[in-house]
Amino acid sequence: MGRPCGPGNEKGKQMLEIKNLHVELEEEDKKILKGVDLTVEAGKVHAIMGPNGSGKSTLSYVLSGRDGYEVTEGSATLEGNDILDMEPEERAAAGLFLAFQYPVEIPGVGNMTFLRTAVNAQRKARGQEEMSATEFLKEIRARAKDLKIDAEMLKRPVNVGFSGGEKKRNEILQMAMLEPKLCILDETDSGLDVDAMKLVADGVNALRDEGRGFLVITHYQRLLNHIKPDVVHIMSDGRIVKTGGPELALEVENNGYADILAEVA
Amino acid sequence: MALPQVKQDATEARLAALDMPKGGWPEAARKDAMGRVRAMGLPHARDEYWKYTRPDTLVQPEAPEAALFDDGDAPVFGGVDSLKLVFVDGVFDEAASDAAALEHVSIDRLADAPDIHWAKDLYGTLEARGQAPVQRPLAALNTAYASDGVLIHATGRAAKPISLIYRHRSTSSDAILHHVVKIDSGAELTVLESGPAAARFNKVMEVDIADGGTFHHVRVQGRDHERRAATAIFTRLGTESVFKSFTLTANGVLTRNECVIELTGDDAVAHVAGACMGDGDFHHDDTVFITHDALNCESRQVFKKVLRNGAKGVFQGKILVKEGAQKTDGYQISQSLLLDDDSQFLAKPELEIYADDVACSHGSTSGAIDEEALFYLRSRGIDEGPATDLLTIAFLAEAVMEIEDESLQDEINGLVEAWLSRRRG
Repeated sequence: MGRPCGPGNEKGKQMLEIKNLHVELEEEDKKILKGVDLTVEAGKVHAIMGPNGSGKSTLSYVLSGRDGYEVTEGSATLEGNDILDMEPEERAAAGLFLAFQYPVEIPGVGNMTFLRTAVNAQRKARGQEEMSATEFLKEIRARAKDLKIDAEMLKRPVNVGFSGGEKKRNEILQMAMLEPKLCILDETDSGLDVDAMKLVADGVNALRDEGRGFLVITHYQRLLNHIKPDVVHIMSDGRIVKTGGPELALEVENNGYADILAEVA
Repeated sequence: MALPQVKQDATEARLAALDMPKGGWPEAARKDAMGRVRAMGLPHARDEYWKYTRPDTLVQPEAPEAALFDDGDAPVFGGVDSLKLVFVDGVFDEAASDAAALEHVSIDRLADAPDIHWAKDLYGTLEARGQAPVQRPLAALNTAYASDGVLIHATGRAAKPISLIYRHRSTSSDAILHHVVKIDSGAELTVLESGPAAARFNKVMEVDIADGGTFHHVRVQGRDHERRAATAIFTRLGTESVFKSFTLTANGVLTRNECVIELTGDDAVAHVAGACMGDGDFHHDDTVFITHDALNCESRQVFKKVLRNGAKGVFQGKILVKEGAQKTDGYQISQSLLLDDDSQFLAKPELEIYADDVACSHGSTSGAIDEEALFYLRSRGIDEGPATDLLTIAFLAEAVMEIEDESLQDEINGLVEAWLSRRRG
């Protein structure tokens, strides 16, 4: 398993393909996703919007392999490979990245150590050579500078004592270093002021290229002013109920979800 | 009060198996210590301070057999420039040791020290002071019967650490070592200890630190799985002096590390820390007693234990703040990371305070690996095994960071990583 090396991803090629995905909470026997169909192509930014409790975050967790969810039906593939049977680290090595809504604080583990371990673990899993300390340092300094992350922040334990904005920038830094094929951003705008959001959005936009797909999960249209989506989906009660262009996000911003949900009911 | 017969019998049986070294300046101290042993009796399972650790194998006349374990690894502290003194099953090995010459430091062997020696005023003194309010009979036994050890006197700043290396070569060795360390005013010394020492090891180190003196101690107890050890450090600190001790324990069927600290001069600082990793048949006990008897002193106790496959950890830590020891700053934390349901951690934190202007905090926790953190690491591509190791190292970090010297910190972290990665196969 693992993604092929080198170039070869063409724009428009299917990156993520989700078919009829049904998911329950393992402990509560509660159905969360009730038949999600979604295809994200390489080079495209798809946004998922929807009210609280519609299943947006669950979708991101299920795709990244978090415990506690049971897939009862359907499939999800990344470049044609079934990811639902993979361990979280295998999904990461295959090119999937989740920017967490609530990045986890890990006292005692230095941010640099963490990132270097992650980068080299993925390289190893893909049969590539590990990055040397010098190479890594050079790379991370350049990436960190773009995101206005100072050397001090890199030395600190992962996310410990970071402000909300710093945590989100740290997620984007990880994304930049790991160079995933599919980036899932779970409410990356939550807890950010306008300036911080712009910084994060710039970081994301810098990573947009033809070989990479994005799935941006958000409540608000605001983030989508900065990360311009190609496709917008509305999720409600565990399903994608409407799909459209960027104008769909504006419609939500102006009228709320009620009109759209009534229309598709 | 007369000792219970069972205790008296066990004590006499143990004493009968030992020979007291004869003659020389320590003789008087040995006889005093012998009196303490007979008065207290050796530890018994019903003693309050031995409630969580069975003392019988430490007390029985013969040492239980302990298989030799060749780890095949590079020597501990191998990368540290130090003056090495080697003991094999509790006997000093001159040929394997460096010449005992270090500027500002005098080093003598307990076994052949001359009749007049500075250590005469110290040997057994701090141990005897440390017998109240809690009895430590194994330490008194040590003073009475120790056959070897080093007497270290630092008169200035030592240029490099003294490294005591304890090799284990006999499956039935029963070693009793007693070290005395005297740090003069303004002097500074680091003592390193490493190795399994013997099948059964009883070790006492008395450390007397004069005003403004500094003593650092970093110890790695050997990985022989079946070894047993009962060790005790007794230290007395003068004004503005510093004592910092850290111990890493990995493996060993039974370890009891006691540390008895007396802060007698104002503005003194005492830190004692331990990180232990146990897998399977492993019992590790840290028993600490810190007495604040001066103004504005600081003490810290930081103990972390990683336990798996039924390993057991014990912590008994006490801070006693005497009347008048105002502005005391005492901190105590003991935590365990239990990697399965079979492992166990028992903690008994105690505070006894007779001054009204002090800050003392204590905490104790037991927990499993943080699943959220584990998922976060795995989602970034780190396999479950290495991710768990990373979190384990992070858990131990607070204790390891108590070591002031960063290269020694690295040395310890390297040993922790190696231990963990061996367990992943």
